[in-house]
Amino acid sequence: MSDGKAAAAAYWKENLRVLLTLLCVWFAVSFGCGILFVDELDKFVVGGFPLGFWFAQQGSIYTFVALIFVYVWQMNRLDRKYNVAEEGE
Amino acid sequence: MSTEMLTYLFVGASFALYIYIAIRSRAGSTGEYYVAGKGVHPIANGMATGADWMSAASFISMAGIISFVGRDGAVYLMGWTGGYVLLAMCLAPYLRKFGKFTVPDFVGERYYSQLARVVAVVCVIFISFTYVAGQMRGVGIVFSRYLEVDINIGVMIGMAIVFVYAVLGGMKGITYTQVAQYCVMIFAFMVPAIFISMMITGNPIPQLGFGSNVVGTEMSVLEKLNGLSEELGFAQYTDGSKSTIDMFFITMALMVGTAGLPHVIVRFFTTPTVRDARKSAGYALLFIAVLYTTAPAVASFARINLLNTVSEASYKDLPDWFANWENSGLIAWTDKNNDGKIQYHPGKPMEGKPQFTDERGANGERLVANNPTANNNELYVDRDIMVLANPEIAQLPGWVIALVAAGGLAAALSTAAGLLLVISTSISHDLLKRNLMPNISDKQELLAARGAAAVAIVIAGLFGIYPPAFVAQVVAFAFGLAAASFFPAILMGIFYKRMNKEGAVTGMIVGLVFTFSYIVYFKFINPGANSADNWLFGVSPEGIGTIGMMLNFAVSIVICHLTKAPPQEIQDMVEDIRVPTSKGAAGARVEGEAGEPARA
Repeated sequence: MSDGKAAAAAYWKENLRVLLTLLCVWFAVSFGCGILFVDELDKFVVGGFPLGFWFAQQGSIYTFVALIFVYVWQMNRLDRKYNVAEEGE
Repeated sequence: MSTEMLTYLFVGASFALYIYIAIRSRAGSTGEYYVAGKGVHPIANGMATGADWMSAASFISMAGIISFVGRDGAVYLMGWTGGYVLLAMCLAPYLRKFGKFTVPDFVGERYYSQLARVVAVVCVIFISFTYVAGQMRGVGIVFSRYLEVDINIGVMIGMAIVFVYAVLGGMKGITYTQVAQYCVMIFAFMVPAIFISMMITGNPIPQLGFGSNVVGTEMSVLEKLNGLSEELGFAQYTDGSKSTIDMFFITMALMVGTAGLPHVIVRFFTTPTVRDARKSAGYALLFIAVLYTTAPAVASFARINLLNTVSEASYKDLPDWFANWENSGLIAWTDKNNDGKIQYHPGKPMEGKPQFTDERGANGERLVANNPTANNNELYVDRDIMVLANPEIAQLPGWVIALVAAGGLAAALSTAAGLLLVISTSISHDLLKRNLMPNISDKQELLAARGAAAVAIVIAGLFGIYPPAFVAQVVAFAFGLAAASFFPAILMGIFYKRMNKEGAVTGMIVGLVFTFSYIVYFKFINPGANSADNWLFGVSPEGIGTIGMMLNFAVSIVICHLTKAPPQEIQDMVEDIRVPTSKGAAGARVEGEAGEPARA
């Protein structure tokens, strides 16, 4: 029983690490590039877009989608590692 | 075939499809009615979530708003998508593991308190009705403009359609209708966007065309737009006018509010497994991103087309769409300098919204009773036009215009249905079954759910027919309240085992009362004071939910440390929902009732 508890605690700890890493990227791209540093980034023009404007209206959204799929992949890996994956795989 | 015939055909065919699907996927038990028997494939659930989420506001209004505010429009783009990252990682998988039917269910059980459940039910009903009123109105507007039906009859047709599939099919019916509605909506949004991108830049992908050069010039779309705007005295399109702090707080409130909206959360209760709940959040955002990355491109193209067409043009030479939309009251022109040409510059052309008289002016324009303002702008343009009239402005064929009408209806109906279901569920399940009448059978509960849905549809329809003047003012409420109440309560319920009922309930009430009072003060009691100088830390009422959320967190944590820890079984439950497979008591309940997934 205590083994199970310890495993669950370790699983949760790794889960939190994945979560916090991805949320840092989430914050940096949207609030960082899209809002706080938007004027600095706008000095660079990439592919016809001022860069800050591109992050605010395009780039942040693409990053959000990618982040969720990375999360899905990481969590599936974690579920298998701790043998808590649901049946059907 | 005339555009009107085509519109009848497209709208009629899409409605027939929705009803067919609804009849094929009727709900037979409360498990099917509330959470579609937990048998929805993650991709289907992703599409349904997309349709559920993207309302008349996303489809019709968002590109228009961006078109007029330029870079500042990013608060909606990032705010209404970034919330899905929070939802996917912090809420959806754990709520799915918890395995019950509603958001108040979770709040009530996790905080072992009927008071917490009742606070949650009140919030759910308030947030959802605020939101649904706008949808029914949207249905009426689309009907009246494209099919020349009276707005009220349009609203009633919309009510009848939603009635059929929400009352009969419940979550199961709604899910598969929403999948169809997503397809209709996204097709209707993309087709004109691709056409216009081709016309202006030669690039068929709007997301890329947005950064390309305008056909025949060496100037990019955004440079061209900045140039045109500057010429007419508008701010540069790629510059913002909101303060950084306000942008930050509004975006945060919209993101957190999105993650806390009950009709979105509940969609993740319908997947078969925790793994599917995570995956379907990814698909949901992918499907939403298709529209959300196209909208800013559409906004910039539409802006160029509008400026090029109307600025300094003679009223008599303008294309037909101008008069059409003038007739429906979304455009108004007052010839201040009597030169017969349209001058379009920043500032309001007249005081208040246009009040048309029955008379026509020297050029044939509709006259308004409003006093003109002192500036040189002569043109009033409603922002909804940028999507609704876009195909006409770009001179696209009639079938594209018909498609936009069907798409706008799909967007409004799908969101309305999702909201109505949440309202009916919180009444039949959380109020009746879990509170007032715990002994009713599954059959009776199902009947109550259907009855509540029917009543909710009638009330929503009345809101559509007699729109309360404050609807547009209170959209900030839905997000602010969700951000200040549900999001912190659910998040701490999962990630902070020590959180107890005293902390959570006080936190929710403090967050709610603070956010509610701030919005009411600036929007209703003292609207004259609604400017950056008077705002708390420079945060507008749209962004105040973020501060409400912070207050909620702070108060909850302090109070919970002054009171005793939650009981052991609650702490065990939290441990249980954190892991996908540990076999708990929760989650097993509806497994046996799942039944066959509908074919759709």
